[in-house]
Amino acid sequence: MLLSLFFTFFKIGLFTFGGGYAMIANVREVVVEKYGWITEDEFFQMITIAESTPGPIAINMATYVGYRKKGVLGSALATLGVILPSLIIIYAISQFLDAFMANRYVAYAFVGIKSAVAFLILKAGTDLFRKLPKQWLSLSVFLAIFVLMILFELFSVNFSSIFFILIGGILGILAYAFAKSGKEAGENQ
Amino acid sequence: MIYLTLFLEFFKIGLFTFGGGFGMLPLIEEAVIAHGWATAEQFYNFVGVCESTPGPIAVNTATYIGTMQGGLLGGIVASLGVVMPSFIIILLIVSVLKNFAENRFVKAFLKGVKPVVVALILSTGTILLAKAVGYVSLTEFSTNWISTAVFAILCIVWLLAKKVWNKKLSAVTLILISAVLGIVLSLI
Repeated sequence: MLLSLFFTFFKIGLFTFGGGYAMIANVREVVVEKYGWITEDEFFQMITIAESTPGPIAINMATYVGYRKKGVLGSALATLGVILPSLIIIYAISQFLDAFMANRYVAYAFVGIKSAVAFLILKAGTDLFRKLPKQWLSLSVFLAIFVLMILFELFSVNFSSIFFILIGGILGILAYAFAKSGKEAGENQ
Repeated sequence: MIYLTLFLEFFKIGLFTFGGGFGMLPLIEEAVIAHGWATAEQFYNFVGVCESTPGPIAVNTATYIGTMQGGLLGGIVASLGVVMPSFIIILLIVSVLKNFAENRFVKAFLKGVKPVVVALILSTGTILLAKAVGYVSLTEFSTNWISTAVFAILCIVWLLAKKVWNKKLSAVTLILISAVLGIVLSLI
């Protein structure tokens, strides 16, 4: 079972292109349909948890499934399995990437790839934007941070995005607390 | 002590990333530039490579930066760092904090974080695009026609594939198309 956890997640890590969200479908297929390690309901519960916690979604899923099947050791092996392909492949690539980049044609290719990276990031961003609740608070937080990020870049201001994330989270809790106390005040009248 | 620095930096990045790998990019870029590990251009070139290799972007970039700075051990330490917060938090949730995701304050926190993450991703994309088409600084702009053309062609190809052939092009396909276009347009 331990080995099977390791190899299953190794395979998932090896064959998932395009980041964590592509991985969700792969994990479901193997873990729910093929092996029945967790039920469909539990799978959706796991995705909710993975999306509510920080970090790569692949790692969250591997840890979760591993723990369910074989406790802490299981989760360690599943997580190791899912990151090992990346470690091996990227280590190999980094050995010759510099020499590779010095090649004239590779440099030409990267002039184009730069645009593709911008395209992929903008696309991921617009997909997420569509899912944002269209409420004034979340839209104004979005707009404020977007404009600030651009201004900081233009004027080379160093500011850690971690603070933006914390500010957003605190605003979220404050908004909740205000909405709740407003509601209670309304009920008391 | 480069290994400790790598581990701690990537631990911090893992701890503050919500919403998948792309949300992580601005955080990694900031750390990479602050430590002088790579330039923004080198970093995003590598993101292009990552998009064509399997595995989570976070782990790929951690391994790459770690390997560049501290060899194989550096790569291992950085990836363990980026993975560790998730690992610990999920273990805590499955074993002790079973109702974590249903907690009202957790939900409120995440609701507040969401627009921030979207803003971080979209501003990163906008800045990258501006730099690709030729933005250098507030007083300098030199249009890069090739990158501009590639971006325009990608948008058209993407829309055609989606509307006409009902197909969603994968990241790998888009990277390959852009690489070929980059070479072809540079040669003519």
